[in-house]
Amino acid sequence: MTPFAYERASDASAAVARVAAQPNAVFLGGGTNLVDHMRLGVANPELLVDVTRLPLSRIESLPDGRVRVGAAVRNSDFAADRVVRERYPVLSQALLAGASGQLRNLATTAGNLLQRTRCAYFQDVTTPCNKRNPGSGCSAIQGHNRDHAILGASEHCVAVHPSDMAVALAALDATVVVLGQQGERSIPIADFHRLPGDTPERDTVLEHGELVVAVELPALPVAAHSAYYKVRDRASYAFALVSVAAALDVFDGRVSDVRIAFGGIAHKPWRALRAEATLRGAAATEQSFDRAADAELNEARPLQHNAFKIPLARNTLRMVLRHLTAGARR
Amino acid sequence: MNASITLKVDGEQRSLSVDTRTTLLDALREHLGVTSAKKGCDHGQCGACTVLLDGRRVTTCLSLAVAYDGATLTTAQGLAKGGRLHAVQQAFLHQDALQCGYCTPGQICSAVGMLEEAKAGHPSFVTAGLTAPHELSDEEIRERMSGNLCRCGAYVNIVAAIREVIGKRTGP
Repeated sequence: MTPFAYERASDASAAVARVAAQPNAVFLGGGTNLVDHMRLGVANPELLVDVTRLPLSRIESLPDGRVRVGAAVRNSDFAADRVVRERYPVLSQALLAGASGQLRNLATTAGNLLQRTRCAYFQDVTTPCNKRNPGSGCSAIQGHNRDHAILGASEHCVAVHPSDMAVALAALDATVVVLGQQGERSIPIADFHRLPGDTPERDTVLEHGELVVAVELPALPVAAHSAYYKVRDRASYAFALVSVAAALDVFDGRVSDVRIAFGGIAHKPWRALRAEATLRGAAATEQSFDRAADAELNEARPLQHNAFKIPLARNTLRMVLRHLTAGARR
Repeated sequence: MNASITLKVDGEQRSLSVDTRTTLLDALREHLGVTSAKKGCDHGQCGACTVLLDGRRVTTCLSLAVAYDGATLTTAQGLAKGGRLHAVQQAFLHQDALQCGYCTPGQICSAVGMLEEAKAGHPSFVTAGLTAPHELSDEEIRERMSGNLCRCGAYVNIVAAIREVIGKRTGP
């Protein structure tokens, strides 16, 4: 680990100014990904500005029905929150599907959003990686790419985003609230993470020095009938091969409202708008679910070792929709 | 770059000077001689370094000590009070829940923290309907303890030990 200075922020605006003024400064949250990267040599910041003691640890129900979740809320507290459990079960489940109990007690809302890919080449500084070292090449395209993307990848990067929470947020149309030197701005979750294109080193649209201060959940009735399914190599404590966050309302045998996002298959949480459009108004049947999966996945471009993710994504989507149909309001 | 911090470790107030790069785990082991927190993977993947931070279970290998100035930590060795083992420690012995023992202090701290979470009504990924179960099933125990790996594979008896603690709390 290279030496660095440490400062504890007492004020969010001051923290933003401090990091913005220094090119190699970063914010420190729970540290469960950043400190690992510093040890691996993936990240070498010169200044850490600790934002964990800022007053950003509240979950508030807003008068207009939205819920505002502070950036420093620990993942375990977020998942256990009664309002979140009742109104957005997909989100509680996604949070609980991530990491382990002792890591969720450290990891924060903002840190979860900003965690970086677990691509083995990204984390191994001895190998080329365009995300870590732009222009050096992608080792995964011709290498071990079983865990990698089938949608939205580029010739420069085929990594996937590792978060479960962000997949649920994508399905829920959440908003990320960000504080910069010019004040606050709100970014729809769909626009927050990027596809790799020719700049895979940028995971999100955040500018240097911008601080995530909250995530806002919309008042979304369909979210009360939602679930998160995650397929992984072991039953618990592993990253997703494929995951599905979905919310579904069925009325009179037909889909009246639906939200779907996939995890583990793209550089960002993959909101399945094509699948949703296919389903809206359609009969809530296995045939409709298959058509929806095809509508989303027929543009999938698998790599040498991950073609299995296409049927896995289709089957996982069908399973969660079947489950939600069985439990949905009639 | 150095920083002076204080930590309350297993009931004792300790002051120390650490390089900012020092993790909480290395501060405990190398600076304070508290070796019951173990270094396994040093990447947050095995749970051997688990301790209780203000009563909540956390890994310590990915936490920078400087960020925890003023914190209260309890390690496995601090769980025993006045020569009496904690109920979870006693159950691990009774159920033979270990072989080599290296992961055991982390397992025990994790189990203590996990039982508190369950008591507070926290759901897990396998909790149906996200409503807290009255009693933890083996499936619940396994899911909630999945952050602690045991390379000897003592899992069956670890689950039995935790089940024994739960049974003594709620049973006749």
